[in-house]
Amino acid sequence: MDKTIKTQEMVLNMGPQHPSTHGVLRLRLEVSGETVVKCTPFVGYLHRGTEKLAEGMTYLQAIPLMDRLDYISSMTNDVGYCIAVERLFDINPPLRAKYIRTMVSEVSRISSHLLWLATHALDIGAMTVFLYAFRERERILELFEMLCGARLTVTYPRIGGVRNDVTQEFIDTLYQFTEEFPDKIKEYETLINVNRIWLKRTVGIGVISGEEAVNYGLTGAALRGSGVDYDIRKHFPYDAYDLVNFEVPIGKNGDVYDRYLCRMEEMRQSNSIIRQCIEALPTGPIMTSDSPKYTLPPKDKVLNNMESLIHHFTLITKGPMTAPQGEVYVATEVPKGELGFYIISDGTGKPYRMRVRSPSFVHVSALPRLCQGGMIADVVANIGSIDVVLGECDR
Amino acid sequence: MEPNQIAESLKGEFTGEVVAVKEFRGQTGITLKKDRLLDIARRLHDAPEFSFDFLRDICGVDFKKIKTPRFEVVYNLYSMTHRHALRLNVQVEIKEFVPSVTSVWKTADWHERECFDMFGIVFDGHPDLRRILMPEDWAGHPMRKDYPVAGHEDEEWPGFRDVLKKAEDFKKFGWYK
Repeated sequence: MDKTIKTQEMVLNMGPQHPSTHGVLRLRLEVSGETVVKCTPFVGYLHRGTEKLAEGMTYLQAIPLMDRLDYISSMTNDVGYCIAVERLFDINPPLRAKYIRTMVSEVSRISSHLLWLATHALDIGAMTVFLYAFRERERILELFEMLCGARLTVTYPRIGGVRNDVTQEFIDTLYQFTEEFPDKIKEYETLINVNRIWLKRTVGIGVISGEEAVNYGLTGAALRGSGVDYDIRKHFPYDAYDLVNFEVPIGKNGDVYDRYLCRMEEMRQSNSIIRQCIEALPTGPIMTSDSPKYTLPPKDKVLNNMESLIHHFTLITKGPMTAPQGEVYVATEVPKGELGFYIISDGTGKPYRMRVRSPSFVHVSALPRLCQGGMIADVVANIGSIDVVLGECDR
Repeated sequence: MEPNQIAESLKGEFTGEVVAVKEFRGQTGITLKKDRLLDIARRLHDAPEFSFDFLRDICGVDFKKIKTPRFEVVYNLYSMTHRHALRLNVQVEIKEFVPSVTSVWKTADWHERECFDMFGIVFDGHPDLRRILMPEDWAGHPMRKDYPVAGHEDEEWPGFRDVLKKAEDFKKFGWYK
């Protein structure tokens, strides 16, 4: 055997149809043995031109488009969009609507985190967690169905409030859920928190320091896992978040395991926020009546009051005709991270430019940094830990 | 530090670069010329009194027939330590280059690629300026105001023919009718 063995790098294509990429994400991996030398993500397979479509629609018509960005937690997207438009028009929704929106956003956050936990665990090989998490997620989807008739694409919030009031049945069922849910989180944690395989697959994988994570633009639990205290609910409080008490869980090491711990603790905090909202839910209107030129009037007024009928008609057909000119960037904390809306209004009923800053897009762009130098199997763990949805990434 | 003070100190430091300072709903936007953008970005990132360590977003805006430098590239900045925010609106004419800020904030990489893809604004010094959301052989830049929402009728994307051909090929299996 005098021949020397030659080795060469291999190019491996992962996706777009791959069960562990959580959508149509394609990765081009250059591997040397088992080690990833270079990782290049390709996105855009789900590009629907949401920003371009929104330019041709009135502010109200664009709400269903926002549902379809992050279809796992459409409620938080809608709330984020409505808050951005409210900031642009300087509308202040009533307190009850604020509490309801906070409550349903947190329900949505739990549902999104449950789906993340289920698929992330499934990718790494823990199948039971998947079944456990979907059991609770089904209850949440039933709650949404009770609230507004839709399970996934809810279109529940409106500019200046919410579409319909919550029923007592919904409140009771939700309260029952929040009483049982902490025990369920314990169940998941018993399965994987100190599971040896889970620890081997997650601890010390995809490490990123806090400073670097900020530079790469990571937000949400992906950033907090690296020890940076940045939560928009605390930095720029919106809705009723300054009226409820909650803590922001912070990690230390910035690896896959710490991001996992952060999200698990976030579910507990969300549960506590929901309980506080239910206990403090004030009575009153669910839609503001201060700015009738921008917000929809209640249905009985439309049928009996001529002025309301005119406002309703112009809002639906042309949009707000006296919109102020200006530009705002408003961000909200969605389960994935920071969802920002940059809206430029030119005074007509339609936005001149509507930019969506989606957290998944930025997270995928940081994927090469997390994957390079690691093993091929860890790529899957990394994709799970940054929690991406490709509908939001490609917009 | 208040955003107005930041604008004032930028005006003093980079004379002639700041075109206008706008304020709306408590948010401050500074309109800049593009030439010394990289210096300004580095100063905003590095100086301890500003320390804008987090670039929230970059996006392009097309002001066709409204403003004379046709495009604007908008940078939304935030400082984690001081908790202040600032917006930079950088003016750029068609077929002009904007200096890339990827050397300051790594997150600018994909945002600039998207801006190039959607508006055709070229970023000078970007490490890998390719299309990102649209196919690589796509003609035109979809987010421009003169690009129709449904696309140009007479121009067909070449990749579409391949898809049609593939669908035709699948007919021989009998399940596609």
